[in-house]
Amino acid sequence: MAHVIPYIAAIQEAIREEMERDERVLYFGQNMATSPDDPFLKQFGPARVRVTPISETAEIGMATGAAMAGFRPVVELYMAEFLLVAADQVVNEGSRFHFMSKGAVTVPMVLVAGYGFTYGWAGQHTGSIYGMFMGVPGLRVAMPSTPADAKGLMTTAIRDDNPVLFFHHYLLALTEGEVPDGEYAVPFGVADVKRSGSDVTVVATGNTVHSALAAAETLAERGVSAEVIDPRTIAPLDVDTILGSVARTGHLVVVDQATRHASAAAVIAAEVAQKGFSSLQAPISLVTALDSSIAYAEPVESFVLPDEHKIVAAVGETLGLAPLPG
Amino acid sequence: MAGENGALRQGGGTLDANVARHLLVTMWRIRAFEERLEPLKRSSTVHGLTHLSIGQEAVAAGVCTQLGNDEIVYSNHRAHGHALAKGVDMGRLLAELMGRADGCCRGLGGSMHVVDVAHGFFGATGVVGGNLPFAVGAAFASRLRGDSAVVVVFFGDGAAQAGIFAESVNLASLWQVPVVFVCENNGFAEFTPRSAHTRVERVSDLAAPFHVTAATVDGNDVVEVHRAFGEVLASASAGKGPFLLECLTHRRSGHYVGDPGGYRVASDDESWRDKDPIGRLVRRGATEGWFGEDAARAIEAAARDEVEAAVAFASASPFPDLTLPADLTYAR
Ligand SMILES: Cc1ncc(C[n+]2csc(CCOP(=O)(O)OP(=O)(O)O)c2C)c(N)n1
Ligand SMILES: [Mg+2]
Repeated sequence: MAHVIPYIAAIQEAIREEMERDERVLYFGQNMATSPDDPFLKQFGPARVRVTPISETAEIGMATGAAMAGFRPVVELYMAEFLLVAADQVVNEGSRFHFMSKGAVTVPMVLVAGYGFTYGWAGQHTGSIYGMFMGVPGLRVAMPSTPADAKGLMTTAIRDDNPVLFFHHYLLALTEGEVPDGEYAVPFGVADVKRSGSDVTVVATGNTVHSALAAAETLAERGVSAEVIDPRTIAPLDVDTILGSVARTGHLVVVDQATRHASAAAVIAAEVAQKGFSSLQAPISLVTALDSSIAYAEPVESFVLPDEHKIVAAVGETLGLAPLPG
Repeated sequence: MAGENGALRQGGGTLDANVARHLLVTMWRIRAFEERLEPLKRSSTVHGLTHLSIGQEAVAAGVCTQLGNDEIVYSNHRAHGHALAKGVDMGRLLAELMGRADGCCRGLGGSMHVVDVAHGFFGATGVVGGNLPFAVGAAFASRLRGDSAVVVVFFGDGAAQAGIFAESVNLASLWQVPVVFVCENNGFAEFTPRSAHTRVERVSDLAAPFHVTAATVDGNDVVEVHRAFGEVLASASAGKGPFLLECLTHRRSGHYVGDPGGYRVASDDESWRDKDPIGRLVRRGATEGWFGEDAARAIEAAARDEVEAAVAFASASPFPDLTLPADLTYAR
């Protein structure tokens, strides 16, 4: 059985269900649990559900320490950029300990961060910064595009024995979708084919999955069959599913809201260029944000971002079609 | 109006009718501007994330009106009041908030990232605490130049719990630089009361271990803020090192425009209404003979007219050029 809830509620549902199942799961962050009516506080009490001051370095460092001591903390960061305040704790502490201790300690924690608030939130609050973390050994990086994936990936994130960065897309927060009832886990490192097709493979993450699906719809009207693949986690990255698709379509377009040179798209393109070269009938095309900060002004903001029309155009070019009017 | 700021500086923050009038003008300009922003935001004429400082105007006014254009101010996410009081043109500020080409940052920065170098407004940052070391560095630059131009940084009570606060205050003290840390303690960080963040009652309590002189004042009394900051400014200008001035105040509006405000206690809001900084200065002005009620009303009306002119100016401005991302990502 399934029920329909918003993406953001699906994340909360997974956290709640895991807290019910496992007493070691803690939940803390800024602005949480400040009222006695807070549902998490009511259900799990003030020992496990806590508000923190604006102290990201200590919040994340404490989660690492509590994780090494046997708990499974989930830290709510709100904006992905606030992870950067605590960059050392995120990339150079907890993520290293399992390896450096010859496997003696584990750091099962989840850092929950929203990204991509490209709605006039301007230079410091709109970034798509997951690419910075996907190459950090020891970190896992999940980025759901649907409510069901949001629930399933969060369940897996909490059960994973490694530090996980869980990036949810702010523009998807209120989109509704079917979510399985009860226990539901989506494995890490397994891409999902969001739409099957035979002419071109389009790989996208987060909100751009929906732009890619819209583009696929437009392309279908013009007789082009696009397959849309969402890797769902970029560390680990399911390269095989993408290679399998490219083997059938011979064409690859990778979409990413990140700046081109710090994108997951660049890594995916490199993997396919090396391992799937013989399948490719045309150069791989990247549809990413331009390498610039995001402007506040709406027209400039849209100008630098990938969208449905840019994806349609890139597919047209890859397939050598006459320019398709967006 | 902006040009009056430096000229109005008076040793030790003493106050006469002229200064009092300028403080009232400044507070009304901020209030009228932000009250007008609310509907502009709700109609999406202004977009993005917009934090208002309604109720907190006395801090911006009491501090910034004493600073000249070569004295640098750093601001935070709640920047409009600081910017206007420091002399940023209202039309250009509104154009920025509407994402237009005539905005003070050509529409690239928006509400949380206002910069106006000509008025010594080196800008706002949206990451809490991120501005504190900038001010220490700018004050260090003053020392290196040998002019001891004072630098002011505004921050909220919430920022004091960030590690960067302690690091910045320590360095400012160690290197004895002319910076004034001005805390707007409104008792909340977003929707969380200060009591849930720390057991330290006053932000000024955090200064003594670093040998930084600090004071806490009624931040809703613009006369008091003006006096206290005037003293601190004189000392900092004389090379007596960093200072911390904590101003106790209350944010009458939401954390941002659209904040549902479920965390607010109604009775608190009511008691703070009586302490509104504008009403208090108007009453004080009448007793002291600085200005009568009619004069105060005329000041309000002029501020509201200026806002309408700003709306007209900003609305007529085009959207910025799409070449800006390529042109401005790097300095050339
Ligand atoms: C490093 C960082 N963490 C969290 C936030 C989100 N945030 C924006 S404003 C704010 C509250 C700031 O409180 P305070 O410093 O008291 O300023 P006030 O909003 O009350 O003026 C928070 C937590 C942020 N912008 N930066
Ligand atoms: Mg505050």
